[in-house]
Amino acid sequence: MDFLNGFGLFLQTSIQCGTNILFAIVGGIICEKVGNTNLGIEGMMLMGASVGFMTACLTANPLLAVLFAGVAGLVGALIYAFITITLRGNQVVTGLVLTIFGTGVAGFIGNMQMSEGVTFSSQTVPTEVKSAFAAYEIPGLCEIPVIGKALFSQSIYVQLAIVVAVLAYFYMKKTRFGLNMRAVGENPGAADASGINVALYKYVHVLAGGFLCGIGGAYSSIASLSQWQENVTAGAGWIAVALVIFSTWNPLKAIMAAYLFGMLRGLKYEMQGWGVQISPQLIEMVPYIATIVVLIIITIRKKRENQPPKALGDPYFREER
Amino acid sequence: MAQPYIKLTNICKKFGTVQANKNVCLEVDKGEILALLGENGSGKSTLVNMLSGIYTPDSGRIEIAGKGVVFHSPKDAIKAGIGMIHQHFKLVDVLTAAENIVIGQEKSVFVNRKKTAERIKALSDKFGISIDPDKKIYNMSVSEKQTVEIMKILYRGADVLILDEPTAVLTPQEIKGLFAILREMKAQGCCIIIITHKLAEVMEISDRVTVLRKGESITTAVTKDSTPQQLTEMMVGSAVSLDIECPKEKLSEKPVLSVDGLIKRSPDGVPVLNGMTFDVYGGEILGVAGIAGSGQKELCEIVAGLMKADGGSVKFEGKEILGLSPREILRHGVSMSFIPEDRLGMGLVAGMSVMNNVILKSYNRNPGPFLDRKFAKTLAEQIVRDFDISTPSVYHEVKKLSGGNIQKVLLGREIWLSPRVLITAYPVRGLDIGASYNIYHVLNEQKKKGVAVLFIGEDLDVLKSISDRLMVIHDGAVVDIADPGSVTKEDIGMMMLGHKPGEEADRAV
Repeated sequence: MDFLNGFGLFLQTSIQCGTNILFAIVGGIICEKVGNTNLGIEGMMLMGASVGFMTACLTANPLLAVLFAGVAGLVGALIYAFITITLRGNQVVTGLVLTIFGTGVAGFIGNMQMSEGVTFSSQTVPTEVKSAFAAYEIPGLCEIPVIGKALFSQSIYVQLAIVVAVLAYFYMKKTRFGLNMRAVGENPGAADASGINVALYKYVHVLAGGFLCGIGGAYSSIASLSQWQENVTAGAGWIAVALVIFSTWNPLKAIMAAYLFGMLRGLKYEMQGWGVQISPQLIEMVPYIATIVVLIIITIRKKRENQPPKALGDPYFREER
Repeated sequence: MAQPYIKLTNICKKFGTVQANKNVCLEVDKGEILALLGENGSGKSTLVNMLSGIYTPDSGRIEIAGKGVVFHSPKDAIKAGIGMIHQHFKLVDVLTAAENIVIGQEKSVFVNRKKTAERIKALSDKFGISIDPDKKIYNMSVSEKQTVEIMKILYRGADVLILDEPTAVLTPQEIKGLFAILREMKAQGCCIIIITHKLAEVMEISDRVTVLRKGESITTAVTKDSTPQQLTEMMVGSAVSLDIECPKEKLSEKPVLSVDGLIKRSPDGVPVLNGMTFDVYGGEILGVAGIAGSGQKELCEIVAGLMKADGGSVKFEGKEILGLSPREILRHGVSMSFIPEDRLGMGLVAGMSVMNNVILKSYNRNPGPFLDRKFAKTLAEQIVRDFDISTPSVYHEVKKLSGGNIQKVLLGREIWLSPRVLITAYPVRGLDIGASYNIYHVLNEQKKKGVAVLFIGEDLDVLKSISDRLMVIHDGAVVDIADPGSVTKEDIGMMMLGHKPGEEADRAV
């Protein structure tokens, strides 16, 4: 029983560790499914993290904080979308630049003065916000052994991530917008000929992806750490880029991918408790290695449904000859 | 004729400095099939692309049912009831037929599979089409994909159907099936515009034909009052002979290339070459007929050394060349030119200039690390001259040339290498009549020089005329090698589906 309880706690921590990444993976999937490679996830997360934190400190309103975090990510995505969709610029370069830009924005906001002589980076999140995102127990459900605590004794922020991922899955698979969106990412020419507004679909989904990335970034700054830290996302955006592939562009698999990674992070702390000495850098390598393995497997198996969207990375221009 | 359903007046379109369409006029009525005939680059595709909203005309007027319309996007054209089947199908591979049919169409938030399937079924019955709505596009044959495209248009309730070279990749039987569907649609009052290079098809299917030349509409004629000869002359602008020559040359004593029991399996273990065996002699053209995907590509690649075989042998003048590198095979004098469906996929580098493409296969003749640019330029200019390639200069990027000119660059390079064996697959794919005859002439020239020519083709009329012997393949094996003079197209068609002539009779008894 002790062991089971311990494991339940471990799962609970793991899910918390994977939450910011889950938002980012789902955001990344939505963006890539319309054919845009976005390496700016890290940047949008940092923008969300810093703006969300600032909003939380200034307004003490949890809802506004999350909303503004999303909007910050969306603004980042808008820059990216304008360059890659309207101007048909190179997606890889634009994404990288967005990440660098986002890092700069976050650093700037962190060092901004909130009031005379007080910077945001010295603040902690107001208690109103902190309590709004504290773990709460759903009576009954949280008594379920092992998974009860992991799923039902969590912050609402954590549960939101799961809901978002599931909704994204149904949106993509079951609705006509999802179908049209997949068509845009696979074959924009075909989508266009079918009367789909390719640029509009790309814009909407790239922006929605940015919104989710922003919310994901803010999870670290306002819910999990509750204080400002330089480079608060700690490379989570890059891991998300890798895990988008790992989950083969499927939001349900993204849940699994995010929490697997959360477990690895959790394991890092756990093992310190056991006195086992494993280099944390070694553990941090795991998601990338796992992604390489998945890439190898999907390339060898060639199952068409698991391949990247066919037009990923290609700008679309109708009158191209 | 009263007011026609669709009327285009003085349509003009420029791409950069190229005038693709100039004062084009065209009329089609309901229940009518109009063929659009013209050489490559005569502006047929541009014209129909404007009618389907892909391009917007610079000037001119489009009228539907007497009302002027302006299309800003394909969506507008769809709303006006115009559907187009493009040369390269606009389908999403990983989706099913039904999903492809409903993209951009569904009005409700959720995709209603059952209702979609019912509607597809109803339309299928109405027009005599059969498709499996749950089949993924990537599992489909070319003709099935085309059927999905047609269904997509019918599903939208379109009554104007535009087909851009729909028969280029179909077998004779499939073409018959397509024409049956088109006639049914015509009977139901649809308006059909069909682009094709094949005169026989124009004569067979169309009611009227509009001829385009150099971007201008030359004339519109009633099909049954015109002859192929007249149409060709209007299209080319001068008298041409429609006969393909097949001069008999002295054959080499021994086969130059012998392929024996060639076996190749696809990565999934499906055999794509199934013991293919044949000989080609110097001084002959061996025509190869077969449904696309019967092993043509694999045969070409194995002989050229680009792909490993799983068994069998390929001998060049008695010497085994299987397993040699492409460069060694090239040095032996085996040259291969494969024109893939997209024309650029194999053999040429789209983003490189004509000159650089020309020397791709011969750069290593020159010692030292540097390219002999002077030689390259001379050579490229010579090929451009000899093959009458229209390009602003030899520094022009290949992808910016028209399809016919791209093919000439490829063939010109291969022939310049003075091969002993010339393998050419689909050399006239998508070419107009004038350009095609140029290529047939070039192949006959090679034959005269004693080269063994393997001609993998699509158009059975052409294959029958140009080949000394006609080999029919099916499923990676040779069904029969026939005498092109006596075999009928129907028999070839049956053999392409794997039935040997005579077998049918046996079964009947």
